[in-house]
Formats: sequence, C-alpha cells, structure tokens
Amino acid sequence: MSGFWGVTRAIVGREFLRFIHQRERFIAALVRPLVWLLIFAAGFRAALGLSIIPPYQTYITYETYIVPGLCAMVLLFNGMQSSLSLVYDREMGSMRLLLTSPFPRWWLLFCRLFGSTAISILQVYAFLAIAAAFGITLPTLGYIAVLPGLVLGGLMLGALGLVLSSFISQLENFAGVMNFVIFPMFFLSSALYPLWKMAESSPLLRDICALNPFTHVVELIRFLLYLQLNWHALAWVVLSTVALTLLAVWGYDPARGLMKRKG
Amino acid sequence: MGQVGRTRDQSETGGHAAMTGGLSVRDLSFHYGQKCALDAVSLDVAPGRFCALLGPNGAGKSTLVSLLTRLLVAPEGDIHIAGHDLRTAPRKALAALGVVFQQPTLDLNLTVRQNLGYFAALHGLPRGEVPGRIDAALGRLDMRARADEKARALNGGHRRRMELARALLHEPKVLLLDEPTVGLDAAARAAITAHVHDLAEQGLCVLWTTHLTDEVRDSDALLVLHRGQILHAGITGEIRGDAPLSDWFLAQTGAAA
Repeated sequence: MSGFWGVTRAIVGREFLRFIHQRERFIAALVRPLVWLLIFAAGFRAALGLSIIPPYQTYITYETYIVPGLCAMVLLFNGMQSSLSLVYDREMGSMRLLLTSPFPRWWLLFCRLFGSTAISILQVYAFLAIAAAFGITLPTLGYIAVLPGLVLGGLMLGALGLVLSSFISQLENFAGVMNFVIFPMFFLSSALYPLWKMAESSPLLRDICALNPFTHVVELIRFLLYLQLNWHALAWVVLSTVALTLLAVWGYDPARGLMKRKG
Repeated sequence: MGQVGRTRDQSETGGHAAMTGGLSVRDLSFHYGQKCALDAVSLDVAPGRFCALLGPNGAGKSTLVSLLTRLLVAPEGDIHIAGHDLRTAPRKALAALGVVFQQPTLDLNLTVRQNLGYFAALHGLPRGEVPGRIDAALGRLDMRARADEKARALNGGHRRRMELARALLHEPKVLLLDEPTVGLDAAARAAITAHVHDLAEQGLCVLWTTHLTDEVRDSDALLVLHRGQILHAGITGEIRGDAPLSDWFLAQTGAAA
C-alpha cells in the first residue's frame, strides 16, 4: 500500500516541479482569464442585461457573472495543456518510463490526472485572488466551498485531456484540439452568458449548451461559490468524470496499442 | 525455412530461461494493421548472458522492445521475464525488468538524484532504502559526484550512464537496452558497451538491440532479426565464421532481402 502512496507522491511532485520550472505557463494561465475579466467583461457589461437568476439574490455586474466561467476556463485550458504535455512525453519517451512502472496503469494515469488537477486549482485560486484585488469579490466561505467543485471539474476536464491524448498520435495534430474542443466547449456553455439568454437567439443552441458537460462544471462552481449545491450539475459532472476516466483507461490499454506507430 | 528450423534448435540449447530467471519469448507475432512487424519470434537469454539483437532499421526491433516492456500487448505469443509471465503477472515481470530506452527519458530540469528518486518511487522501492540505492547505483558508474547537478548539465554520454544507473536501481534480473549508444561519441559508446558486458558477467541477463556490429563481442550470444523474423541465433564467433561480423551481417540481411 505504501508503494501506491509513494507513486502518487512522486507523480504529483513531478507535476509541481515541472510547473515551477515553467513560469511562463503559470503567467499565461493567469493572463488569459484576467483579459476576459478586466477587458472583455468591462466592454460587454453594457451590452448584456442580466436578470436575477439563481444562485444570485440581487442584480450583479457582468464581471461577477463570468467569474465562475473563467474559473472553469482555467481548468479547461489546464486539462488540455496537460494532455498536450502527455503527447509530448510520449514523443520524448518519459511516458514509456511512467508506463513501464509495475504499478497498474489505471493508477498511474489517475495519479497523473490528480497532479494536473492540483495545479489547475492552484491557478484558479491565484486568479480569484487577483479578481478580488480588482474588487470582484465573492462570499468569503464560497472560496472554501468551491474547492470540491474545482477538484471534480478539474478531474473531468483532465480526463477529457487524457482521452484526447490517447487518440492523438502526434504533437502537430494538437492545434485541432484548440479549434474543435476548447473553443466550442467554452462558447457553447453558460460561462459567458446565461442559458436563457442563449434561448432567445436559438433554442437549439440552448439545448446543446445544456448538454455540454462544461456548462455543468461552470454551474457547479457558480452555485458552490454562493454556498449552494446544484444537484443537477453535480450529477452531470460526476457522470462525465466517470465516463471520461473509463474511456481514458481504455484508450491507454496496451492491447489496444497506444504506441502503435513506428519509431 | 532451414534457417528458421535452425533457430529453434539453437534457441533451445540456450536452456529454459523461463525457469531460471532469464528472458524467454515464445512465438511472438505482432501486426500493425496489415503489416506484419514480428512473425513468430522465439528467443531465450539466460542469466549471465550478453545477447545482442542485431537488425537493420525496420527489422522489428522497436516493436519487440515495446512488447517486452508492455507498452504493447501482442495477441499471440508469450513473454517470460525472470520466470514471470508478462501477460498474467505483469507487475512481477515488469519489476524484474530494467530498461534503457532509445529515446531520452530524463527530466532535464531535475537533478540526477531527483530523476532517480522519481523512478524509485514509480517502482515502489521502500523510501528509506532509496538514497542508499541511488548512491550505490551512481557509484558503480562513477557518477556519484554529479548527483546534485541538473540532468541538463550532463553531456550525452553521462546522461546515458545515468539512465543505465537508473535502470539498475531496482536490481532487475533482466536488462533491456534499446539502441543505447545512439548519438554517443566513440569513447562513450565503448565505455557503456564495456560496462554492460561487465554487468552480464556478474550474472545479469542482458538484451542489447543495435544495428552496429562493433558493439558485439565474439563470446556474446547473437540474434539476427530481419523483417520480423529471427534469421540466426547462436554465439557470435561461431556464427560469423571467418568473416568480420559487419560483412557477414550485411551479406545476411542484404542477401535475404
């Protein structure tokens, strides 16, 4: 049993060390949501009228509305970034080192997933701290209550990254992930606009948004930040996490042939 | 066909490596879609043996290495590492296997000691033993003084030595090296080849894949892999006869084309 714990510590520790050595990555991960929050939202607040919808009890500014969506955005980009580094690891060979460990492969993958999630969460809190410094604050206890939601959302999006990395054979194909996964997931969600607003323009798009698991990550985070639990979102996120994790384990099954390429 | 028959005979004289703790492969086949990469490959390497697996590019060496390290699993054939079946007891089999991959697998931002520590944890070595084992492993390769340097600061030869030290950290029974001298200068190449020969003399079972004939000694076991099949198996000096190994190898793989 101590061996399992040792593996976890080593893999998570390595993720942290890599993170520390890539300061540009940390800054990029912070700048992205801050640009949205401080520039996009400022410009957009006049254009978009928000009514009072749960979990909010008063009128809120647009900046306040998009904070949960931007937290989820940090998780999304990080999950994809970590799968990008998995593809890179595979080309470089350090993935081989990891997968030839005698520990079960699903455990190794889970540790990796857990490590990248921990780093995502660190970045979310850094983002929330800067947002607070600019006067966009949330209920104090909400900062703690949101933690389980961030863990779950991070695991879900990390698992999605794992799935993608197991199907992408080369680094070059990764640009497609940006276009076909990150942007649609982000824009077809409640991160930037509430779903009822979307329904005004297109009921079909609203339905797609409602099916998008990323929407439910955003809503889970939004409600937890205001000390409420959105059971519907929670169920969706748990279900997606389980499904994506199973798919990732299947994707990395050696009999299926992750390494099925020459070289 | 005659040569394949001979392969069988020769490999069986190698003893029952599956029983004695070496490496044993039986009827291993693997296909990439339609393309056959390995065709019913069988081989045995006994403990204390340095076995060179010689093959031109595209012979199937990389596929064999992926199968031996369980990065791939073949639908047909059996692999035993130190008596453990890789299919039914993968954890025990992988625990008995040390690997030096062709691709560099070091984390260049970490120190030598951190790299080895990471590996030790991946293999579940008891935490208290790790520093001592790392010192011993680095000491054997004269790398102890470099333990706290970043991997990035090491030259190619030293990085390889460090990967070798790492592969021995969990005291494997079988050591697999996949073209370990690629990109090294002549001196580093000679040093690492000599060191691994010493390890075999001390009782380790070594499988060394290469396409460079000068890394193979006359007393080494030799397997020639060509187009997914074992063309020859035996002792290098006996197989090559009077011809230099490089000429003999070229004639074999050229003529068989």
